[in-house]
Amino acid sequence: MAADPEADFGTPARHGAPVRLTIDGRAVTVPEGTSVMRAAALADAAIPKLCATDTLESFGSCRLCLVEIEGARGTPASCTTPVREGMVVATQTERLKKLRRGVMELYISDHPLDCLTCSANNDCELQDQAAAVGLRDVRYGYDGANHLDAPADVSNPYFDFDPAKCIVCSRCVRACDEVQGTFALTIDGRGFASKVSAGMPEDDFLNSECVSCGACVAACPTATLNEKAVAEIGTPQRAVVTTCAYCGVGCSFRAEMRGEEVVRMVPAKDGKANRGHSCVKGRFAYGYAHHGDRITTPMIRASTADPWRPVSWEEAFAYAASELQRIQATYGRQAVGGISSSRCTNEETFLVQKLVRAGFGNNNIDTCARVCHSPTGYGLKATFGTSAGTQDFDSVADADVILVIGANPTDGHPVFASRMKSRLRQGAKLIVIDPRRIDLVRTPHVEAAHHLPLQPGTNVALLTAMAHVIVTEGLADEAFVAARCDMDEYREWAAFVAEPRHSPEVLEAVTRVPAANVRAAARLYATGGNAAIYYGLGVTEHSQGSSTVMAIANLAMATGNIGRPGVGVNPLRGQNNVQGACDMGSFPHELSGYRHIAGAEGRRLFEGDWGVSLDPEPGLRIPNMLDAAVDGVFKGIYIQGEDILQSDPNTKHVLAGLKAMECVIVHDLFLNETANYAHVFFPGSTFLEKDGTFTNAERRIQRVRKVMSPLAGLADWEVTVGLANALGLQWSYGHPSEIMDEIARLTPTFAGVSYALLETEGSLQWPVTEAAPAGTPVMHADHFVRGKGKFVITDYVPTDEKTGPRYPLLLTTGRILSQYNVGAQTRRTRNTVWHEADVLEIHPFDAENRGLASGDWARLASRAGETSLRVLVTDRVAPGVVYTTFHHPETQANVVTTEHSDWATNCPEYKVTAVEVSPSNGPSDWQARYQAAADRARRIEPAEPAE
Amino acid sequence: MRGRGGAGFPAGIKWRTVAEAAGPVKYIVCNADEGDSGTFADRMVMEGDPFALIEGMAIAAFAVGAQKGFIYVRSEYPDAIAKLDVAIRLAAEDIAPFRIELRVGAGAYICGEETSLLNSLEGKRGEVRAKPPLPALQGLFGKPTVVNNVLTLAAVPHILADGAEGYAALGTGRSRGTMPIQLAGNIKHGGLFETAFGLTLGEIVNDIGGGTASGRPVKAVQVGGPLGAYLPPSMFHLPFDYEAFAAADALIGHAGVVVFDDTADMLAQARFSMAFTAAESCGKCTPCRIGAVRGVELIDRIAAGGGRAAGPLERLPQMRNVNARPRSLEEEIGLLTDLCETMKFGSLCALGGFAPYPVMSALCHWPQDFGLAPAVEAAQ
Ligand SMILES: Cc1cc2nc3c(=O)[nH]c(=O)nc-3n(C[C@H](O)[C@H](O)[C@H](O)COP(=O)(O)O)c2cc1C
Ligand code: SF4
Ligand code: SF4
Ligand code: SF4
Ligand code: SF4
Ligand code: FES
Repeated sequence: MAADPEADFGTPARHGAPVRLTIDGRAVTVPEGTSVMRAAALADAAIPKLCATDTLESFGSCRLCLVEIEGARGTPASCTTPVREGMVVATQTERLKKLRRGVMELYISDHPLDCLTCSANNDCELQDQAAAVGLRDVRYGYDGANHLDAPADVSNPYFDFDPAKCIVCSRCVRACDEVQGTFALTIDGRGFASKVSAGMPEDDFLNSECVSCGACVAACPTATLNEKAVAEIGTPQRAVVTTCAYCGVGCSFRAEMRGEEVVRMVPAKDGKANRGHSCVKGRFAYGYAHHGDRITTPMIRASTADPWRPVSWEEAFAYAASELQRIQATYGRQAVGGISSSRCTNEETFLVQKLVRAGFGNNNIDTCARVCHSPTGYGLKATFGTSAGTQDFDSVADADVILVIGANPTDGHPVFASRMKSRLRQGAKLIVIDPRRIDLVRTPHVEAAHHLPLQPGTNVALLTAMAHVIVTEGLADEAFVAARCDMDEYREWAAFVAEPRHSPEVLEAVTRVPAANVRAAARLYATGGNAAIYYGLGVTEHSQGSSTVMAIANLAMATGNIGRPGVGVNPLRGQNNVQGACDMGSFPHELSGYRHIAGAEGRRLFEGDWGVSLDPEPGLRIPNMLDAAVDGVFKGIYIQGEDILQSDPNTKHVLAGLKAMECVIVHDLFLNETANYAHVFFPGSTFLEKDGTFTNAERRIQRVRKVMSPLAGLADWEVTVGLANALGLQWSYGHPSEIMDEIARLTPTFAGVSYALLETEGSLQWPVTEAAPAGTPVMHADHFVRGKGKFVITDYVPTDEKTGPRYPLLLTTGRILSQYNVGAQTRRTRNTVWHEADVLEIHPFDAENRGLASGDWARLASRAGETSLRVLVTDRVAPGVVYTTFHHPETQANVVTTEHSDWATNCPEYKVTAVEVSPSNGPSDWQARYQAAADRARRIEPAEPAE
Repeated sequence: MRGRGGAGFPAGIKWRTVAEAAGPVKYIVCNADEGDSGTFADRMVMEGDPFALIEGMAIAAFAVGAQKGFIYVRSEYPDAIAKLDVAIRLAAEDIAPFRIELRVGAGAYICGEETSLLNSLEGKRGEVRAKPPLPALQGLFGKPTVVNNVLTLAAVPHILADGAEGYAALGTGRSRGTMPIQLAGNIKHGGLFETAFGLTLGEIVNDIGGGTASGRPVKAVQVGGPLGAYLPPSMFHLPFDYEAFAAADALIGHAGVVVFDDTADMLAQARFSMAFTAAESCGKCTPCRIGAVRGVELIDRIAAGGGRAAGPLERLPQMRNVNARPRSLEEEIGLLTDLCETMKFGSLCALGGFAPYPVMSALCHWPQDFGLAPAVEAAQ
């Protein structure tokens, strides 16, 4: 294959038996099914083309790629002609030259001529091909009918559509269909009047179904669809491959740069997670990196009532260190702790936990994964032996049945959703288990075979009912179970689920899903071929989160859907580096690689390497740290890259904890909500400003590469090093690769990982060991990591969070495509055009009972607190259920969530809160007071006193 | 049996391909979109003997293993639609388990092109698909599909009844059997005449049709629909045979024959063909989408007296590479010829691909209508 990963061979690669042919006198061998065009490009005889690109199926419309084939009539299009054994092809003859020039002459007779001032100048395939065919004269003149006065559509915040430049090649339409799967674009009209249209003729891009993924922009060969940034800045001059810092899909991007300025982010075609695709966040929403709210100097203050005082890094480190030391001297070693971030790199996370364990001398380290996927780690480790998903994303292409539970991939994991939809359009069957009718249930050319809209909080009951059907109807794969799992445990489990009280009919009262649908879905899952489960926070963020994960694992093992492509159990991780943060030892009881801190062997390895002795007792989890703070025994915390005040449940409790501390160190890009209660602020660096690695939901370790200098002078890992050294630790890392070397040295599953290997392989899926030197795409292939697969009995226990007369509705939360979690980044980009505020979705029935209409303000109240937001009346949610996102601090959705959490891991129960909704006049008193306090807390002293 | 829809492709080969294609689901599609100007043979069959068509489809289904058939009829044929509707119901039991569904077309000429027709049947925009994949392998909903014209399918029961030899005994060369010739235009005896292949064009126009209705001399005969070549009386010796017509740069198509007397302006006819193509183009491929529009503009300029002066844009000093001198009539006609070549060899389907036939035949046989010196009629 060619060395240039961005080379375009015109049509997609095929995998077939070798076929030999002759192109321009040269012998070529390619797989069967390959187009003549691709074969020629591989043989270095690239044929002119415009409508073909190797990310899309061939189309045959531009007619520039004509060739002559011995024995064939006419001049077939090479993009749509497959190779045949013995074929003899000529790509350049007098006749072909004339034909191609004739086609190009037609194109240019209806095209603007001011190339030099075009945003795509020097980045335009029409230009390239006009040059390639040697067009010198347009004999038709330029006075004929044309499209030059077609108005441009500039409604999308990131790209423009200028139809005057359109050559109607349909690449955009096909990209939207084939790659993104949104089907937002069509060709409207016929003949000369044919034009690209976003939905209805009166729609513009912003008002259409378009989700701004950018696939059409990447596919467009001309300037018709072009990034606004390219128009503003100019074409890029260098490219650096890096990894998206938003979600757990981990898309690989080329950051295309001019100097230290990002011109655009283009999804990397050879990115193994995204295969050349992207979503609006990674593709376009990087503007926060230069937002005016970025803090670029360290700041300190003695009291949160004071304004912030900007200081030098040295002073900030010295002050923070002295405070931490003072607190430990006064209140004891256990009085301080740290929180690492799933947003930061593996190396940074590793350093934060090292700082806590080796520097603070305790194990009070936790991570925000606590609030999302800790049950995944617990559940999958217990059943399979590894705290991670079993597959790579490519695996979905081999799935016949896809079960999505508690996840909304088209919003939360959009690029993976596109890959999933592409498989569904090929005919795989879909089962959706979710209280809400997520988009996937019905999107163009995809329709779920079964949507089971269960009551929030009843996942375990529903999965047990499915297991009941599988076991009692004899659909289990007992041969697999006998070979791979502990048979005694299986028998116990099978007897348990077979109990009549677990039948779909009995449990219908709990789940409110018709039993017949549960039976049908269970049969499909068990007998439909390769069946894969994908799940998200709708599984984990429950009081039975860990049980649900184990119930899922039980289903997969019982039906033999583990250990090969197309099957498996796959958590869809929320944040970009949740997997990595967990792997890196961010939990109070675990060292990197999930080794328990109490285990002497693992601990000794670290003690030897670090030259310190470690506390064998597990430390405090985030909720316990806050409790201890309220109790007056926990006084100082270093929080890297997390806004616990906004993202953790029960805002009022978090607030009380923070207020009770004497030294809160916040290390972040912005003065986030938590920083309002902080004493030290370390300005953070974005993923564009540092080197490191992220690990995505498929255990794929990918490089993050620095493309610009940190605005505040230091990358996040350097800040942790600075603090550590101020505490006297004498760390001397010169580059994050040295941190990775330490991780590899101390972590068996990372043993083979190094930056040098990542450079050659592009990415690596752990375990990377002597046995699997290039990583492990599919886990548990021959045997489970823990030996025998373990069936765990999961008894359904209703949550304590129950509806009653005062709080009769169930609130569940989620996120939408254009915004990201607490929104710190996305709210500071032009993505806000799609989601200005959080809204509360409510069923028409419940809305009517309360006299609410779409757009009205409503008061949302629970036992924990109340807030106000606008409502949207929709039947996407079932009666009795309301839903909101949590992207905007003004909403403070977590003011209403409660302290209930997963029994095993304390992961908060975000997905179920009993609430009442009633009409209101606007923001609640609490919101108004909070806002005023926040404004006060964010004051910064002028750096220089005024003259 | 060669397909009667226009291309003359042997039906047997097509059926064999579908029969041998893998997969349990296959379709029979009858193309009854009959869009060629001056043709009505499909309509006559559907109105007069719909059972012949239904029987032909059932036989095709049996031969290739298809379970379902569609008849795609143009909406302008309400009587045929009504007749077929009843006939399909009456025949349902006899052809079961094979089923036929009637679909009414979208009123676009291009929907008669088989791949565009399949898209239309699938509920998509009537846009031509690139081949390969052949419809016989990946046709309707991606399944192996026989697409045949009404006449092709309606002839099948007769071939089976009379035996292949009986049918093949009629006709000439590789064009066997009969063809319903549809005479229209300026002709004394218009109508449908079914006859074996092999009569000369002169016999058809003069002996069967009785010459022009106006009584004036015949100037030109267009055979094969709006995209067929115009033939002068000097070519009346041509036998009605696919190969003989192809050799003379003409086509048989759906056997529509339209006659013009000596008042006809062949430049106007050439313009009509380009305008027709521009109006009916699906817009997918460049030679047809832009080329047909440029063709009309070019012929209009030629009609207005020939050459072209440089346009305002071409005279700008910034336009350094432009050839800003005036273009002569000969250059414009050279450009028309090149355009026809680009369309003929470059177009994706036969709409753009055949538009050059009427244009080039008019230019070649009646150059004086384009302002050139009369051609010395080349000896055939
Ligand atoms: C522009 C265009 C229009 C066509 N219209 C028709 C039509 O109206 N009826 C028809 O039978 N075939 C039509 N054809 C031919 C079909 O594409 C196809 O060749 C035919 O249906 C095959 O059937 P046959 O093999 O029985 O002729 C058309 C082709 C083109 C390129
Ligand atoms: S940006 Fe994405 S969703 Fe929008 S039109 Fe383009 S391909 Fe479709
Ligand atoms: S917008 Fe671009 S990709 Fe789409 S048809 Fe026009 S030129 Fe092609
Ligand atoms: S947010 Fe997720 S899906 Fe979107 S580009 Fe980034 S990694 Fe990919
Ligand atoms: S030749 Fe015309 S009708 Fe045929 S595919 Fe091209 S644009 Fe469409
Ligand atoms: S590249 Fe083959 S027709 Fe456009």
